[in-house]
Amino acid sequence: MIHTENLSKKFGDVVAVEGLALDIKEGEVFGFLGPNGAGKTTTVRMLTTLIGPSAGKATVNGFEVGRQDGEIRRSVGVLTETPGMYDNLSAEYNLRIYAELYEVKDVHGQVEKYLRMLGLWDRRNDPAGTFSKGMKQKLAIARAMIHEPHLLFLDEPTSGLDPEAAHLVRDFIDELRKEGRTIFLCTHNLDEADRLCDRIGVFKSRLLVVDTPEKLRQSVFGRKVVFHLRAADEGTAAVVRKLAFVQEARVVENKIVVTMDDPEAHNPDIIRALVAQGVDIRFVGELRHSLEDVYLQLVKQP
Amino acid sequence: MNTHKINVIVRKEWAEVFKNRMVLFTVAFLPLLMTAIPLTIIYATSGSGMAGTNLSDVPTSAMGSMCPAGISGGGCLQVFLVSQFMLLFMILPLAIPGTIAAYSIVGEKTTRSLEPLLATPITTTELLIGKCLAAVIPAVVATYGAFAIFAIGTWFLVQDKTVLVALLDARWLIAIGIVGPLLAILEVTFALMVSSRVNDPRVAEQISMVIIVPLLAGFFGQMSGLFILDKQLISVVAVVMVALDALMAYFAVQAFQREAILTRWK
Repeated sequence: MIHTENLSKKFGDVVAVEGLALDIKEGEVFGFLGPNGAGKTTTVRMLTTLIGPSAGKATVNGFEVGRQDGEIRRSVGVLTETPGMYDNLSAEYNLRIYAELYEVKDVHGQVEKYLRMLGLWDRRNDPAGTFSKGMKQKLAIARAMIHEPHLLFLDEPTSGLDPEAAHLVRDFIDELRKEGRTIFLCTHNLDEADRLCDRIGVFKSRLLVVDTPEKLRQSVFGRKVVFHLRAADEGTAAVVRKLAFVQEARVVENKIVVTMDDPEAHNPDIIRALVAQGVDIRFVGELRHSLEDVYLQLVKQP
Repeated sequence: MNTHKINVIVRKEWAEVFKNRMVLFTVAFLPLLMTAIPLTIIYATSGSGMAGTNLSDVPTSAMGSMCPAGISGGGCLQVFLVSQFMLLFMILPLAIPGTIAAYSIVGEKTTRSLEPLLATPITTTELLIGKCLAAVIPAVVATYGAFAIFAIGTWFLVQDKTVLVALLDARWLIAIGIVGPLLAILEVTFALMVSSRVNDPRVAEQISMVIIVPLLAGFFGQMSGLFILDKQLISVVAVVMVALDALMAYFAVQAFQREAILTRWK
């Protein structure tokens, strides 16, 4: 769906995007994370042919950026950073304009479908300027979807929305994923990325890392299992440390936090060793770092 | 080029622009005012006071080119006086679309609606033609309407019907029917070009008004008798305008740099 090789963009002397190499497959939800000014929007603009790259190559839906821009624009949907609606025009007319520009066959049907789907049908005749920020964002998502693209670029879709509106937008994105659409999601909301994305790319002018949220956690922090005991001391930890697969074991109050690669395989061994020492185990759970921890760890790196 | 997309842009622009009652008022009021002025002159000069006018009272510069054979002295003077205001019909299409066009691109920049629009498969040429037509068509329709009212009014007001024949000769039909719309296209494409290079609608409007200066020079040139706009001259002007329109349209498309517009506006 999306393939880039050494994709770069400079504005004068400022390097906005450097050597981006990406492969995003059909049906994948790809989270593109990075701090403000990292070049995320510039990347989206290059991939949607709004601006041209300074170097490198990119293909989107099999079409080459710079050579087949019209075909790319026809085949993708874009939710821009700001909704940018025509405030004097009704919600319905806003969508109708785009349906006609994309040469949708059943303009009325498509407009009605998305206005109903996003809960805006009752307000269809109201000017978009009277809408709340959340409603405008929903309308902008409907606009991006009006021609049923298989590939969607969503730039900060829940930015500035109240929790309820953000929840609705996230549910909608989840629905799109279930329909098998490919989504390129730029977001600051790491919890959102964690829940929605199959893979995540952390970006700061260049791509720092790409992987599934789970594997990113593992690669940055390793996998940690917490054994809650009736009483824990250094002697207990030493028993655990003797096991070959244990990378680290430390005592925190009445818990032992163990770092290892494959907890599913090795937890029974640890439990056996502890029980053999007469230790009472209350329960066992995995310590999950948030994606925010992972992100901050990666972005802080020089 | 996809005419359907151009049509969508035209309708969208009209839907937006004509929601504003002041714009509607401008489109209707100015043509009516410019129609009233020459009709008032004809009415005022149709009384008995003009009956004794001889052809010798008419400026010699006007005799050959303006007054047809067999016209009365009073009639020729009417033709001469009203001809000065006929130019208003020619430049009337300039008065209406400038503001619409100047706001056209920069307005979409400020409301951030341009980026999603540019993300659609519309080409720069289609977008600019749509915006140009949206500004020019109402002005031309209003001008033609105003001129039709003027022609009908003149028919009822003049005693010497040769006056009407003189005022509706090929020269003015070319001037108002062809050169006027061509001037409007020139102004609008210039305004669109300016609009795509600035960040403030007021700046766009101010700069785009510059195009009217040479046209006003032409208006006052004829008023002062510096030259007479005859059929040959207006035909040359029409040909030159076609070339200038094509050139300006080329520059407008070149000036519309999608990347610069998206990345440099603040």
